[in-house]
Parts: sequence; structure tokens; C-alpha cells
Amino acid sequence: MARKLPKKDVVIVGLGWTGSIMAHELTDEGLDVIAIERGPWRDSPTDFPPSYMQDELRYRVRHELFLRPDQTTFTFRNKMDQTALPIRTWGAFMPPNGVGGGGVHWNAETFRFLPSDFVLRTHLTERYGAAFLPDDMTIQDWGLTYDDLEPHYDQFEYLCGTSGTAGNLKGQIQEGGNPFEGPRSRPYPTPAQKQPFSNTLFAKAARELGYKPFPQPSGNLSQAYTNPLGMRLGPCTYCGFCEWFGCGNYSKASPQTTLLPVLVRKSNFSARDNSEVTRINTDGSGKRATGVTFVDSSGEEWEQPADLVILSAFSLFNVQLLLLSKIGEPYDPVANKGVIGRNLTHQTISSVNGFFDNKKFNFNPFIASGAIGMCIDEFNGDNFDHGPHGFVGGGYVGQVQTGARPIESTLTPPGTPKWGAAWKNAVRDNYLSTVKPGTGVHGSFYAYRDVYCDLDPTYRDRFGRPLMRMTIDFHDNEVKQNAFLTDKFAEIIQAMGANKVAKQYRVAPYDVTQYQTTHVNGGAIVGADPKTSALNRYLQSWDVPNLFVLGASAFPQNAGYNPTGTVAALAFFAAAAIRNQYLKNPGRLVDA
Amino acid sequence: MRNARRQTSAGRAAGAVASLLVAVTSATAAQSDPQDFTQVERGRYLAIASDCASCHTVPGSGRPFVGGRPIETPFGNIVAPNITPDPETGIGAWSDDAFDAAVRRGLRPNGARLYPAMPFTAYTKMSRDDVLAIRAYLNTLEPVRNAVVANTLPFPFNIRAAMRVWDALYFKEGEYKPDPQKSPAWNRGAFLVDGPGHCGACHTPKSLLGGDKTSEYLQGSTLQGWFAPDITNDSRRGLGDWSADDIAAYLRTGHTGITAATGPMAEEISLASSHMTDGDLQAIATYLKSLPGRQDSPQPLRADNPDMVAGQAIYRDQCSACHGLEGKGVPRLFPSIAQSSSVRSTDPATLIRIVLRGARSVATDAEPTSPGMPSYGWQLDDAQVAAVLTFIRNAWGAAAPAVSAQDVGRARSDLALRPD
Repeated sequence: MARKLPKKDVVIVGLGWTGSIMAHELTDEGLDVIAIERGPWRDSPTDFPPSYMQDELRYRVRHELFLRPDQTTFTFRNKMDQTALPIRTWGAFMPPNGVGGGGVHWNAETFRFLPSDFVLRTHLTERYGAAFLPDDMTIQDWGLTYDDLEPHYDQFEYLCGTSGTAGNLKGQIQEGGNPFEGPRSRPYPTPAQKQPFSNTLFAKAARELGYKPFPQPSGNLSQAYTNPLGMRLGPCTYCGFCEWFGCGNYSKASPQTTLLPVLVRKSNFSARDNSEVTRINTDGSGKRATGVTFVDSSGEEWEQPADLVILSAFSLFNVQLLLLSKIGEPYDPVANKGVIGRNLTHQTISSVNGFFDNKKFNFNPFIASGAIGMCIDEFNGDNFDHGPHGFVGGGYVGQVQTGARPIESTLTPPGTPKWGAAWKNAVRDNYLSTVKPGTGVHGSFYAYRDVYCDLDPTYRDRFGRPLMRMTIDFHDNEVKQNAFLTDKFAEIIQAMGANKVAKQYRVAPYDVTQYQTTHVNGGAIVGADPKTSALNRYLQSWDVPNLFVLGASAFPQNAGYNPTGTVAALAFFAAAAIRNQYLKNPGRLVDA
Repeated sequence: MRNARRQTSAGRAAGAVASLLVAVTSATAAQSDPQDFTQVERGRYLAIASDCASCHTVPGSGRPFVGGRPIETPFGNIVAPNITPDPETGIGAWSDDAFDAAVRRGLRPNGARLYPAMPFTAYTKMSRDDVLAIRAYLNTLEPVRNAVVANTLPFPFNIRAAMRVWDALYFKEGEYKPDPQKSPAWNRGAFLVDGPGHCGACHTPKSLLGGDKTSEYLQGSTLQGWFAPDITNDSRRGLGDWSADDIAAYLRTGHTGITAATGPMAEEISLASSHMTDGDLQAIATYLKSLPGRQDSPQPLRADNPDMVAGQAIYRDQCSACHGLEGKGVPRLFPSIAQSSSVRSTDPATLIRIVLRGARSVATDAEPTSPGMPSYGWQLDDAQVAAVLTFIRNAWGAAAPAVSAQDVGRARSDLALRPD
């Protein structure tokens, strides 16, 4: 029997980027807010100090910052007629854990989605006709637009101090930036990071091929920055330990470096770490959340009542908690009915490695940051005519030099033996003269009727509840898209002067053991129609109006960019709706 | 109707509280009304300036003024008593005279003498009115029952009578007398520094018996494993290169473009000076800037000294990512060790401690970031710590005595027994 705690105005489930943003916004509104976080408290100088944080074995190989699958995991299968099995070690994506969430270990690539990404089905149908889209592709419009989010993208970039070069200022195309981006109301708060040699060489080759390369927008800062909350960040030292690692140099934007120290000083904020929320509670009608139930590290069960519930865990855990709490109708792909679990998506990633003459090229690949790159956007979204190619979607491609950490940076040209003296010599000869893009091809992943989440019929978690099952595979559209982008990317690497170019296309079936990105999206998506979306445009549950669900679980499909900028902008957008509309008149913000 | 009833019951409650207080203090009803807002507010401010909450609260307990915190002295620990108005375990039953005698003269109600861990030697500069204002404020707090055994000193220091001799040697009783030759700001600063602020308690070196070495007034002192730096206008080790605005900003926010507060000073800023008025902080700065420093000019070690060579290499590997190759850091994030006077302190205790154990700078409303430095004690041996500190004390135009591996070794064993 759960022990009941005193009621709060707001309970927040998960204290990562979106939970921190919402906690900050709602405590500013004067509400009494408690955040409940499954993992440990984490802080920059004590948990990832620069004296030992650059430890590839500890953080990359042994996954120190991530959830342990024995705490909870998912089952996985490619096709609906297969039996899913539990994921016992993380591979394709890395579920975060602990305060700061994915905001601790991200690469800090801080993109905005294209204006057309938000009205995708309408846009593609108008341009190519409905018949151009595959029958089982279930892409949707978001029910909100780029213009709705622009002020909130801006809010997040100024919170982080994002380093970049604007490509479109209020409709005016800017030299050196991304000419395809949506109009931004002001420049990036800090200039782009300085680029290492391989990136400038990539940009030069791209320019000569007629593209318009631009520096990747980076949350690893080019210079010291003070954000609007008075939080101070330092310049990046190009140590090359971003993704998988926390930053103890105060140079990567994270909840720890931009928000949490301000939040913890507020008397109307409190937090519980090492406490796992097991259920969102609802009243008898099922139409109103009454709070959450969580279990602490001693196994004690507690009930935290609240007027407003914010679900802001990692995307998959949001969906899992909705399914387990029986909120919203579970998605049924056969009947094509229901919403929770619908439109699960990921990313379509591939890479091309270039091997150069080591007497002429020294790239010093260890001079790196998570988002230091030169990219082109000619093949993203609908920036090009898809008519002749027979697929939709796309992505940016770029040389992003994220690091040359010793365990994973032993690339050798095709044909090299896999071990022994010849292998060792090849590693030595190629280490400094190989272009190994940290991102490479970063393609979209559109939604399909048979890619979804539901509860597994067989496997159970430590509380005896069903695990969540992921059914996910690549469809021809994404495979074609990836082949096209990979070839285009390889042309640029070749034009840089590579002796050998090794392409690694992304092919079906989807492999859950191969890391792509942690950009797992969907399952509790926004939309204009409650029959096909779990949330209205303000990320408010259609079924339970005092529940808001933040994070990439809201994406109806994934675009060809890194998601965090959009995830954070949505959180600010939802916070504004709660502050300006919901609190004045609690109830559904959109009539359905 | 409902409003009227609510007022009545509120009035009754207030009356009950008032009569309780009257019962407690009636024996010594002072001239001024102890419930007077002006009096209570003045007392609250003086209690902040005097940093009463620091010693009389167990850190992190959330129970201010209830006592129980052990105060480390060279002679042993003294536990700060409960100063909430609880009649039995706090000061509720004390007369105003008794309170005044304790705060300004170091005398307990039974006539025994207080140890100078309680800085009555400084508080004596306050007036009786000041002290009764503090009392008035303390009387508004919720009485908390918490019995504290104050004296945990070993023999022979546990004999309080010995304090009679000590008082005769070191205690100069008397209110602050303004110097008419000086500005009102200077006089206010001198009062705050020597009186409620009791800055000398940490920053003035002590004799073997724990009395102030008045000839080295505010020139820096070692205590509790830290070196409280020189805060005279000495341009190398003290505040000579600081503007008055720098000093005021440091006391208000804990940070300047050069340095940041950590350790006991972080606590002082957090509890006391960050809540003081800008006028008072400027007054403190005016006074400190008027104090002459020492007049010596040591020569820096030569750059080819083996410790300097090794120290520079360690510095580049371990320190320069944050503090920069030129030692300038990032303003208000990473201290400029090239410009920090604390780096050149006579006693390197603070430097050794920070390198061995790491440090967290203070968070304030104005500067919430609270950046921290990790511990290098597990990574660098005593000779390496000594070399890198010797290097930063003699690089970029600085000059200070070398740090030896023995210094670091001693500090390492001492710190092993201390909490953070």
C-alpha cells in the first residue's frame, strides 16, 4: 500500500531537459513543483569532472551514464509476425538515466526542423500527389507550425548559448549559414565554433560541388557565455568527449550548466532522485490525473498527489508509462485504431569514411567537439525535388569531427587484415589521416503503420508488469533515401582528396545492436485529430487534460535533424500554454 | 462577517504569543519595545552581519540557531549553543543583561567565561542597543528545545577559569569609537569589520594561546585546514589590486572577474554578506583598502628551476583546459590564477587543499552557477602537487615561496580527517 505524500501543484516525471525547463517555467509562475527522477542526482564538477571524465571504457563501452537494462528494458522485433525478445544490452539507442537525462550525454547538435517538416503530409501531398507516398506510410501534420515554435527555439538557443551562423534572419538569407532553414528572429547567441582541418576541407569540396556548407549549430560553445538566468558557460576546449560523456568544463549546454543551479535555489521546487514512477494515477472517470505512484530505492511505494502531471521522461518511457497507466487508447496496427504507441520512429544514419595519404594530410582528429562540423542541407526534408528519386524525406550530411577516442578510432582501409602486425601498422598509418564523420548522413525516419509500441505478451519487469514491445524495421523509402544521401556524401569525401572511400549504407532489417542515434521518437504524438494523436498541439493529453507529455514521443515522424532543439522548443511552447491559458482555465486547450 | 471572525482569532493568536514573550522577558523589560518592528528588523540585520547563524546552526539541518555545530579550534572542538528563545535549552530565560554580558563581554549567566570561539572580542565593539536588537530578533524565532553540551575541550583547556587570564591578555572591552578624522564610510566599515563582522577571527594570525597578533592585523591566518588570506591593501597577497567595487561585488555575489569564494568564506557570503546592503559592503571595502600591507618584495623562482619546469608541464596537462595557458581563466567561471592574490598567500594551505580535494565556489542569487574544481589528490603525488603550485606561485609575474612535497604530505594527512 503506497504511502501518500502531501499534495503538490505539479509533479514532474523525469528531470532531463524538458522536465527542467517545465519545472523552471512553472516555479516562476509560483506553483509548488516536485520532480521525480528514476536515476541519481548528477552535477558537473562532482559527477563528470575533467580530471577523469575522458574515459572511453567507463562511459562509452560500459555505459556509465545510461539506464541499466536490469532496471527496465524493452522487447524488440522487426516484424509483426515475429516474437520479440528483451534488449539485454543497449545498442541502436541509449536510454538515458539520472538528472539531466539525455542532456548530459548529448553531442549538443542544436538544430531546428524545417517549416515544411511540421506540415509534412499536406506539403508532400500538394507537391507530389497522395499517390507518391507509400500506402502504409502514416506521416501526419503536427497541428502546429514552425512559426508557433520559432520564439521557443530562440528561447532554448539563448538558454544554451548555441554557437552557429544564421542562414535566414527574418527572411533574409545570410552568407555562410544554412540557406534552407526557417527564418529566425535573431542571430545565434554566440558565433560558430572554429572548425578543424577536415571540416574546412569538407566545406571547400562541398562549395566546389555547388553546395552551401554551413557550420553545425553547437551547444558546445565557441566562447564564454552568460545565459538569461545568469548561468555562466565556458568556451569548449575541443577535448572530443561529448557524446556518451558529461562535460565538466562547463562548455556543453545541459540542464546542469544552464538551468538546474537556478532551479534548486527556488523554495517552491523540490526533487526526489533514485525514485521510479510506476504509474500515473487517475480518478474514477479516468479523465483526470490525480498524481503519480513511485518506488524509492528501498522498494517503498509512495503516492505523490498533484493537480497537474508533467510526463517528461525519455520518449520510450513516456509511452511505456501511458500504456501501463491505461491512459489513452493503445494503438492497434491491424485495426489502425488507437493512439498510444502509434508512429514510432528513429533515425536513418549512415557513414562514409575517407582514407587519405598520410604524407599529405594530418587531420588531428582528436581536436573535436560533439557538434563541430560543416554540413550541407541540400538533401534534407523537401529541400530538393524528390520526383525523380521515388522516395520522400532526407537529411543533412556533414563532416562532424566528434572525436578520435582510442578504443573506437582504429579505422583501417577496406582490405586490411582484422588483426596482427598488418592491422596495427594500418591503424598507425591511418589514425591521423582518416576522415571519420561523427554524424555523416543524418536522415529522416518517417512513420509506418507497422512500426509501433505496445505491451509485450510474454516478458515482464521487476514489478511484474509487461515490458513494452518495439516493432520496428526500415522500409524501402528510408533505404532508398539513405542510398541516395550516402552516395552524395561520398562524392564530397572523394572530392576532398581521399585515396579510398568506404561507404556503409543503412540497410534493412533494422539492427537493434548497431548504434545509430538516441533519437527514438513518437508513440504519444501531437496532432489535430484525437483519433490519430495522443496529444493536442500544446502536448496536452486529449484524454486527461491535466496531463502534458513532453519530449520526442510527441513527434509524428522524425525529420532529418537532431531532435533536441525541437524537443526543447516544444517544452517551452507547452509551458507558455500552461502559464498563459491552462492555469486561468484548467481544461482542454483545444476542442475536439 | 467571516472576515471579522478571522481577524478576531488572528488577534487572539498574536496576543498569546505576545504574553508568552512577556512572561519570558518581563523580569528585565528593556527600555525599548522588544516587539517593535524597527528594533526587530535592526536586530535581524545585525544578526546577519554578525553571521550568528553560521556557528549556531548545523549546516544542512534546516534548523537555524538551534546550535549543535562543533566549532574547530586549535585547542579542540567547542559546540555552539542553542540561541532560540526556548526557556530551558535556549536563551529564553536569560535576562537582557545576561545576553549582553555574554555577547559583548564573554561572560555566562553563572559568571563563567566563554571561550573566544564566540567572538565576543569583536562583538564588544557593538553597543548594548545593538545587542538587545539582536536579542529582540532572536526572540521572534520559534523556540526549539535542543540541549547542547558546549564544552568538549580536552584537559586542561576545559577549565573555563583559565579564560580569566586569557581575557586579561587579549580581550579589550569597549564599544567602537569613531575616528573623527575619517569618513563616515570608513568608520562604518571599521565598525563592521572589527565588530559584528569579526573578520579578524579568521583573517588575523593568532598567538599560541589563540589571541590576535595585532601587529599582523588582517594579514592572513591558517585555520581549519584553510588559509584565510590577507585582506589588507597589500598588492601581492592582499586586496591591493582590487577596486572597492570588486570587494563589494565579491562580498555580495561570491565572485569577481578574478576569483571566487569557497570554503568558510563561501559560507560567510551565503549566510551573511550577500544579504547586507551595498552601502555597508562599500564601507567595508573603503576600510580594508585603507589598511597598509606588508612591504616586502620576494624574487620569483627562476623558470629553469626543476620544480618550475615540472610544474609548468603538469599545469599544461591538468589545469590549462579551464584556467587557460596564460592562467587567466574565464571571468566568474574559472578563477584567474595568474591574477589571484590568494595564489601568492604566505601559507599555501588553501591552494594545497583545493588541488588535493577540489572545491566548490559559492552559489548566490547573483551568481548561481557555483562552478567547482575536481580533486586531483588521487592523481598527483605530493611532489607533483608541490611542483604545480610552486609554478603557479611564480609564473606570469608572480612571486611566492616554493611549496614543498612535505607541505603537501602534511596537508594530505590532515585533510584525511576532515569533512569537506
